[in-house]
Amino acid sequence: MSTDLDAGRAERTTSESPAPTGEAGAPSRWRRRLSRWDVRFSPYLYVAPFFVIFGIAGLFPLLYTVWVSLFDWDLIDDNPSFIGLENYVELMGDAQFWKTLVNTVSIFVLSSGPQIVMAVLLAALLNTRLRLPTGWRVGVLMPYVASLVAIGIIFANLFGPNFGLVNGLLEVVGLDRVDWQADRFSSHVAIAIMVNWRWTGYNALIVLAAMQAIPQEVNEAAVVDGAGALRRFFHVTLPMLRPTLIFVVITSTIGGLQIFTEPKLFDAMPGSNNGGATNQFQTITLYMYQSAFEREDLGYASAIAWVLFLVIIVVALINFLLTRRIATTGEAKR
Amino acid sequence: MRHQRRHVFALTSVVTTAALLLTACGGSGDAGDGGEGDGAGGQGEQIELSIGTFGEFGYEELYAEYEAAHPNIKIVPHQTGQGGPYHQALFTKLGAGSGLDDVMAVEEGHLSDVLAKSSRFNDLSEIGPESVSPDRWLDWKYEAGRDKDGKLVGYGTDIGPLAMCYRKDLFEAAGLPSDPEGVKPLFETWDSYFEAGDRFVQASDGVAWYDSGAQIFNAMHNQLETGFFDREDNLVVETNTKIKENWDKVTAAGERGQSAGLVAFSNEWNSGFKSSAFATKTCPAWMLGVIEEQAGTEHAGKWAVTDAFPGGGGNWGGSYLTVPTQSEHPEEAAEFAAWLTEPEQQIKAFKAKGVFPSQVEALESPDLLSATNEYFDGINDGALFAEQARKVSHAQYKGPGDGKIQENASSPALQAVEQGKSPEEGWRQFVDAAKQIAR
Repeated sequence: MSTDLDAGRAERTTSESPAPTGEAGAPSRWRRRLSRWDVRFSPYLYVAPFFVIFGIAGLFPLLYTVWVSLFDWDLIDDNPSFIGLENYVELMGDAQFWKTLVNTVSIFVLSSGPQIVMAVLLAALLNTRLRLPTGWRVGVLMPYVASLVAIGIIFANLFGPNFGLVNGLLEVVGLDRVDWQADRFSSHVAIAIMVNWRWTGYNALIVLAAMQAIPQEVNEAAVVDGAGALRRFFHVTLPMLRPTLIFVVITSTIGGLQIFTEPKLFDAMPGSNNGGATNQFQTITLYMYQSAFEREDLGYASAIAWVLFLVIIVVALINFLLTRRIATTGEAKR
Repeated sequence: MRHQRRHVFALTSVVTTAALLLTACGGSGDAGDGGEGDGAGGQGEQIELSIGTFGEFGYEELYAEYEAAHPNIKIVPHQTGQGGPYHQALFTKLGAGSGLDDVMAVEEGHLSDVLAKSSRFNDLSEIGPESVSPDRWLDWKYEAGRDKDGKLVGYGTDIGPLAMCYRKDLFEAAGLPSDPEGVKPLFETWDSYFEAGDRFVQASDGVAWYDSGAQIFNAMHNQLETGFFDREDNLVVETNTKIKENWDKVTAAGERGQSAGLVAFSNEWNSGFKSSAFATKTCPAWMLGVIEEQAGTEHAGKWAVTDAFPGGGGNWGGSYLTVPTQSEHPEEAAEFAAWLTEPEQQIKAFKAKGVFPSQVEALESPDLLSATNEYFDGINDGALFAEQARKVSHAQYKGPGDGKIQENASSPALQAVEQGKSPEEGWRQFVDAAKQIAR
């Protein structure tokens, strides 16, 4: 593709190059050199704005965070003192940090897992012959369009321990009320439901797009070979969704480990960053935010940010490998 | 007045950081005191003064008045809806060293953090007009605005004197006295309060005595001579035995079924008013609006308020006007802030937005004393709260992080106890969290 572009540009420049003056020599050689540079360097120039802006708005803060994490840096501090890796050492011994890490992973597993399974199933359903297909597809995307804060407030209401609708329904059905706030696992479930409600449809549409890109012939060949619908789904459709599934898994890993708004709004105490009375549903990002802007300990918060970054990379890698293994069953046969 | 109050509080019931917002009330007034001749602005030179407020200060008309009296000054107001983001921005800009307004309002709950950074604020007793004297304000209000070296960081605007609100109908049903005079003995001390709570809980079916332990604990705590910190800013949570005594009393009452376990300002708490989940409420002046808003018309006439409060008096909420050192016109800003916090202006703010004034003279104003509240049986609430304001005995010293300890250490720990932790475990959680914040 790049050669095409180059050829086009070369053509254009040469067509312009016969100067009206007609005098060959130094200027035309200069021009030729310019056009060669143009061909060679322009593409980099064209992509440069992204990288320049990324460098300023992305890379610099990233590296600066490393720098800050080496200091005892109060939010209002003229002379932060250098303390080396002390923030990290302290972090490793911080019970609250480990608690928030477990919370985060727990909420992540409870959300991402069911979410992707449901998204694939939903996509398979949407891929069948339906009346008003666009209506259904837009329908599953609706939760994603709704404002996150509104969702958070509404769900926090639904899961209210005393006057919430969910507990009311549980009671009608004859089950025990659940203290969605106080109980650690229940609060994770409630938050995961919030996350799933918002993201399942979004992921389903991505998977659906990939499903529709699967050539009809492959399926037809499987039908000819006598494969049933289930077998076709597991042995034809799923393996061919592999690249998309990897994408969905990695983005939901990144999102899932950074859950912030849902637990913040779920807290009964308005505006609180505690994630419940005993931090039972405080996530790492919430703890990081609390450290930075409530305890005003920027150094410590930066250290949390970096540890979180590493955790995300590790989990994303594990997920990547797992997904590849799961989806290679079809590949291996080739 | 009542109507406007409702308006202010309608906002707050929805949002987070409601407590902060509720108390956001500022003084304002007319140019009546132009005669003092304190023309610090210097005639001729045109200057702009910016003022940062949050919630509803009701200043708009008064800015114009001030401008009319000071032709060389242009007021640029910056109003933020919620107190939470407002104060966060305040501290961020304080750290950045620029971006603050010439006059910055600060809410009581954030005052300890501001006082801890008092070097970044002007001493109003030095740069402010000489005509401003400490006896403009109630003693405790004035004292709370000074840092521990005596530097005056903020001029008081409004306050939230505490009284007791209670449900007449529920009291009657439980066989307790229910008229405002008759209930006073119940609300004399905390012991009599908890004892009445026991009687009430036994006589009523599933209704709690108060909304949440944290609300009671905070009120008890603020009456102590020494708070979470001593004057040298040492954390004394463990050595100040009074704190543990309060803790034990509140958690014990909770275990006897007196607490509804509803976190203040949460959705569940709001619903608690509607579903009559509790019978008493610690009631700063601005809480009447919240109760009316949340309990709704179906409970009109059932709530009452009395001029008694266990253990004497107390205060919850209110703001100050400060002048950061960032200001380019500190003297003009201080003069402006001094003018806004004059009794005359505070009364106007009270009439406009129901903001309860902290000025001694304002508390004697006929406008204030004649105010009534229909929802609470037409009680003369202006006079009632003026009386309660005088009962506050002293300003407890608040160390750096004091507000955060209340918000992120004691309140969550008490909530955890109400969710099933043992009081001792809860106490450990509280102490550990307090230490971490004070670190």
